[in-house]
Amino acid sequence: MSNPLTAAILFATPLAVALAFWLLALRDRRRAGDPGSTGFFRRNGPVVGAFLLAATTFWILFMIVWPMLYMVDYSFHRKLPPSRRGGPDDVYTLENYWYFVYGSTRVFTSYNWVHINAFWQTIAVSVVITVANFAICYPLAYYMAQVARPGRLRVLLLLLIVPYWVNEILRAFAFMVLFGTGGTINKLLLAMGAISAPIDFIGLNVALYSGLTYAYLLLMVFPLYNAIESLDHNQVEAARDLGAPWWHIHLFVVMPFAKPGIASGCTLVFMLAAGALAAPLVLGGPKTLWFTPIVYDRFYQAFNWQQGSAYAIILLLTCVAFVMAVMRLFKVSLSEITR
Amino acid sequence: MTSRSVHRTMIGFYIALFFAFLFGPLVVMGITAFNTPSYPQVWPFEGFTLRWFKALLADRTLMEGFRNSLLIGTLVVCLAVPLGLAAAIVMTQVHARARSLYYLVVVSPVLTPGVILGISTVIFWSDVTRWTGAQGLYNGIFLATLGQSTFISAYCMLIFMSRLQRFDRAQEEAALDLGASRTQVFFHVLLPFLKPALLSAAVLAFLSSFENYNTTTFAILADKTLTTALAGRVRQGTTPAISALAVLITGVTLAGALLYELLRRREQARDEARALAAAAAERAGT
Repeated sequence: MSNPLTAAILFATPLAVALAFWLLALRDRRRAGDPGSTGFFRRNGPVVGAFLLAATTFWILFMIVWPMLYMVDYSFHRKLPPSRRGGPDDVYTLENYWYFVYGSTRVFTSYNWVHINAFWQTIAVSVVITVANFAICYPLAYYMAQVARPGRLRVLLLLLIVPYWVNEILRAFAFMVLFGTGGTINKLLLAMGAISAPIDFIGLNVALYSGLTYAYLLLMVFPLYNAIESLDHNQVEAARDLGAPWWHIHLFVVMPFAKPGIASGCTLVFMLAAGALAAPLVLGGPKTLWFTPIVYDRFYQAFNWQQGSAYAIILLLTCVAFVMAVMRLFKVSLSEITR
Repeated sequence: MTSRSVHRTMIGFYIALFFAFLFGPLVVMGITAFNTPSYPQVWPFEGFTLRWFKALLADRTLMEGFRNSLLIGTLVVCLAVPLGLAAAIVMTQVHARARSLYYLVVVSPVLTPGVILGISTVIFWSDVTRWTGAQGLYNGIFLATLGQSTFISAYCMLIFMSRLQRFDRAQEEAALDLGASRTQVFFHVLLPFLKPALLSAAVLAFLSSFENYNTTTFAILADKTLTTALAGRVRQGTTPAISALAVLITGVTLAGALLYELLRRREQARDEARALAAAAAERAGT
């Protein structure tokens, strides 16, 4: 933060918004004259009230809002040595964003294809992984929610929860063991005589893409399951009695009902895939393009935090756009997604 | 009924395939932990060994990372659970006009990629350190705790919110009528009611912190946690010692997951029993 004015704006804005809402609430209460609604401290007592206020304020301001605004501010600055920060050279600039597009902060003749391609490829592959996850998980979720008997359901749920808690790195490592040049699959294929030389699964990105698909399966299964579970099975029966073919039932009865779950699963999987760092680092080949490791390198290889911030914001905006698109497409609210 | 039985076999086949995909890689990795060759290999199985587990215990970096992970996990539980609790209670009291904005803000960390939470935490606190001159703040353990808690608090809040929905305000009013102070109501009525949610939130917070990589790798600075140390090892090359670690972690998390499930089951069973008892009492009353 260079400019004291920006600093003041940055720190004061969230406070002003909170104050505005508080005043609004006060006015409403006075106008309504409702004796049932009492003040915050009267309602919670001084000790608990202070705790609630302090904890919530700390979380929102110091952990969510200020760091985020700060990162935005950072991304519009140049990397400067500490002695020159805040000096006359420290002006607002779009340089870091231009660097993403052109690969240079001054010359705008050629594009930064490596980063742009990595970005698009990340988005495209993440979308494909999201769709694939949905296709893989939907039948299981439907089975668990509508068909399975309680005893079997309990076993299935437990079986699903276990791998959920295996660390991301270890999952990626498992795929390395499977797909490496001397890995299990290559050995198996060689022994069967299906191939004569090992296949470079890692260089072909097979390992990465299947590892990513694998990693987020469960984040798709559970929202889908929760949504489909609340569907009254009589609706399915009714549709079947009226002669609907099975795919009609799913497309026009189950899926519209399960929309919030579908939206929730899709946003989570997309966000995690596009923001995945461990899997690309471990399973990526020398030519693999993925956006998050590039962001990481801006920070800890190039030590250019300003540029890294700009890259992070590009990623963040993409995720926000995806969440909004999903909300619009499925016509669901944010609280339905995050339930 | 042949079409029905065909249908059933197909579903069975699909489920078998799904779980084979889910467990296959983990089982393969698990086997390599006990095989003698120094490259993780399943087949041929050349001989059973516990060598890789010993190699693991001798690995200083991983052990130090493990200690840091335990420390950070504990700190995250101590920070994220109270924050989530406070935010969930405030959610029930916040003015209607502000509620959707408030909800958007507190739930946004769940929908933000982990790397971004790590980045923003480090940037913010590095400058806070610069202004205040308090060098102690710019510390990997502290920053990792804060960065992880940013979203883990939101998880905890969602758990508390779903439990609070079932809270009967009449209990609170009864306690107040009987002369309890507001503070007493909080500690003797609300917290006991939230106890099962507190436990699940704590378990979830610890496990989420322990396995987190994306946020931690930015926020941990020069220190190491188990996951970041592990990532370094895995990138250097594959050794069965990592498989051995996977077996250990899977064992521990399995125990944790089972415990978590058990607690949840017990809570559910208790709730159901209570509902049954209430229904019976009502019937007896009428």
